[in-house]
Amino acid sequence: MDWATLAVIWFGLEGALLMGYAILDGFDLGVGILHPFVPKNDREKRIAINAIGPVWDGNEVWLVTFGGALFAAFPEAYATVFSGFYIAFMLLLGALIARAVSMEFRSKVESDRWRRFWDWAFFGGSTVAALLFGVAVGNAIIGLPLDKVGNFTGTLLDQLAPYPILVGLMTVALLAMHGGLYLYLKTEGEFQERLRDWLWRSWGVFLVLYMLTTIYTLALIPRATANFERWPWAGLVVVVSVLAVANIPRTLHWGRPGQAFLSSCAVIATLVMLFGLALYPNLVTASNNAANSVTIFSAASSPKTLTIMLIIAVIGMPFVLAYTSIIYWAFRGKVRLDEHSY
Amino acid sequence: MDVVLLSRLQFALTIAFHYIFPPLTIGISVVMVYLEAQHLRTGDPLYEKAAKFWTSIFALNFAIGVASGIVMEFQFGTNWAAYSRFVGDVFGSALAAEGIFAFFLESGFLALLVFGWDRVSAKMHLFATTMVCLGSIFSSIWIVVANSWQQTPAGHHIVQMVREGQPLFIDGEPVLRAEIVDFWALVFNPSTVQRLVHVWIGAFIMGTFFVMSISAWYLLKGKHEEFAKKSFSGALIFATIASLAALVSGHSQANNVYQYQPAKLAAFEGHFQTGRGDMSLFGLPDEEAEKIHFNIAVPGGLSFLIHWDFEQPVVGLDRFRPEDRPPVFITYASYHIMIGLGMAFIALTLLAALMYWRGTLYQTRWLLWIFVFAVLGPLFANQLGWVSAEVGRQPWIVHPPVEWTGDGDVVVGPEGVVVYDEDLALRTEDAVSRSVNAPQVLGSLIGFGLIYLFLLLAWLYVLDRKIGKGPEPIGEAPEGDAGGLLQAVIGRVAHDASEQAEGGR
Repeated sequence: MDWATLAVIWFGLEGALLMGYAILDGFDLGVGILHPFVPKNDREKRIAINAIGPVWDGNEVWLVTFGGALFAAFPEAYATVFSGFYIAFMLLLGALIARAVSMEFRSKVESDRWRRFWDWAFFGGSTVAALLFGVAVGNAIIGLPLDKVGNFTGTLLDQLAPYPILVGLMTVALLAMHGGLYLYLKTEGEFQERLRDWLWRSWGVFLVLYMLTTIYTLALIPRATANFERWPWAGLVVVVSVLAVANIPRTLHWGRPGQAFLSSCAVIATLVMLFGLALYPNLVTASNNAANSVTIFSAASSPKTLTIMLIIAVIGMPFVLAYTSIIYWAFRGKVRLDEHSY
Repeated sequence: MDVVLLSRLQFALTIAFHYIFPPLTIGISVVMVYLEAQHLRTGDPLYEKAAKFWTSIFALNFAIGVASGIVMEFQFGTNWAAYSRFVGDVFGSALAAEGIFAFFLESGFLALLVFGWDRVSAKMHLFATTMVCLGSIFSSIWIVVANSWQQTPAGHHIVQMVREGQPLFIDGEPVLRAEIVDFWALVFNPSTVQRLVHVWIGAFIMGTFFVMSISAWYLLKGKHEEFAKKSFSGALIFATIASLAALVSGHSQANNVYQYQPAKLAAFEGHFQTGRGDMSLFGLPDEEAEKIHFNIAVPGGLSFLIHWDFEQPVVGLDRFRPEDRPPVFITYASYHIMIGLGMAFIALTLLAALMYWRGTLYQTRWLLWIFVFAVLGPLFANQLGWVSAEVGRQPWIVHPPVEWTGDGDVVVGPEGVVVYDEDLALRTEDAVSRSVNAPQVLGSLIGFGLIYLFLLLAWLYVLDRKIGKGPEPIGEAPEGDAGGLLQAVIGRVAHDASEQAEGGR
């Protein structure tokens, strides 16, 4: 395969990893965002945490692999993004650490203060992580000032423009809804009833932010929509996205939460695709000078490395899907607390 | 302080904290596989109880390992962007392979291991435990491959980047990077196998000493004795073998270092002048004066270890320009303390094995007390081994090749010192991110310091409670049980005199 084809394939694979991460860890983060609001007592809080207990770690590996694959396939983009968003990444790391250890530590000690502390760490870590992911996506769409090497030349304030913040808030609402739908499937009784109200609320907030983001993007960021003129079929993704958003209240109303959750997965999947379509062929857009943009062609590793990595992915991914299915199958159904639970 | 030093400090802090956990998890996972297999084979419920206990401790360690591990992967990009651009083609592949082959395996089956006791059959559970163990070992393989490539690069070439079919120049300078030529030569670069074996041995020593520490504590307190004896004796066998193996593996690794990184070995040994190599056992190396103060050395010992000949010369630091030498003091000290600890592990495990054989081990309270605290030894030895390996690699982040003459000396330039081909290497000071400034790194360094200090305390607290609770299924544990290690430390001070008296008997 020639170099350009390999680069495009790897752009697609990175998209797939990001999509896997956003859908899977998305509901983990969402459960964390809802944590102070929905579960009312210690038992319910434990149910919420144990709903994601067995799976969150595997879900986070999608992000780790996304990062590793970006490093290997597009080192220039990895270097530019990670060093350019230095403070954001440090905050993200702090948030992900807080999220991870709070689940592990929380139920190990029977003290109200101890548990309350870790409950807040769980909420804070999840919310900040979701917000930062959204802000990063927003910044990637509007672009950053870059020098010829690809180093970020702006300041932190450049990364806190209204658009990235809007996308960040939308992400928080989206993941809260997504996590709520997942929890709805894993819980029963009064807890599940209370969750219902929060599903409607988060869906409503998401809908408003989703529309605002759409309007902002169409009106003010011409680069993001250029590819849709090139490839009219890309409009289909938009249609599916809108239908999926609309399908959530419909299926909820008719008491089909499984379908609502799948629709929410579809919303996330289509948003990641739209993000990819808005970027292509750039990985990082230079807002100051288009020639400085980091594209999939200028950032790619050698064809040899991309081929080796492709072989690794082809061998590895079926195994990954197999483990993932085994785990989700083994822990299907409503959450049951036992002596081994968090 | 400059951004290079701060970034190095941050990397050192985050990797040192992280590296408390991987050797523990690798070591304990092997113990869990053994216990579960024994349970399936013999049907003895005590094995299952033990497996469940070590699993809950494993899970705690694993969670912090995961949380602190993600920092490592991100940091190459955040703080070492120039390095990432230079080596991503080569180094990134190993990290990506680690994600796909190791982390997914590990984290997936971890769910069954920790939460699946009542959901899957005992056989399936053993399978899951084995997969987690394999996953953690695969992870160590890829990460040691990546690090060994920095030490002894192979399987790649350094070429000018190509952009849109044209060689890339920025401001008239060609932009170089490393690209893979031969993937398997990269994976099996000259130091991978030896270093990997040494890392595994270090992990086994750590895991077994951890198990022995907690078991010795129970034996001393007269709690869970049958469980503690089973755990202790099993761990002791592995620990004795691993401690002896560490010596052999360490020796062969030192020879490998001499061949590919002679300046590092000279710094390990405080060997300043090329000539007969004395083996310094103790001393304070002085880089300015180029000598070791208070030196106690075996004359010709180093020559003997490398050449099997007490007189043959060994290349010293004087063959290298001052700016090409690693910092000697830290390298020398960490290397020597590691070896001293390694020797202590051999003495301690052999002594315990002898007593076990004579049937007096579990009555010898002073020795059990030593084992309660001896877990700190492998913890430091593992850390110091990495300190000597990484500080000894300086000033390089990717080490340049070294050429040898036919008669066992390095090839030197007209000034009598090695002239490295710097195009084939990268200096640490050239590897940092250009878009990051010192206050930002200082801020994140302080942040990590505080978070990790807090995590360390929380980890010790929870671990202490778990140990206090012991291996009984939750609910059956009697109130006011053995108490944890914290109590041991406090109790230790008060009972010091009486323990010594007991030890004397």
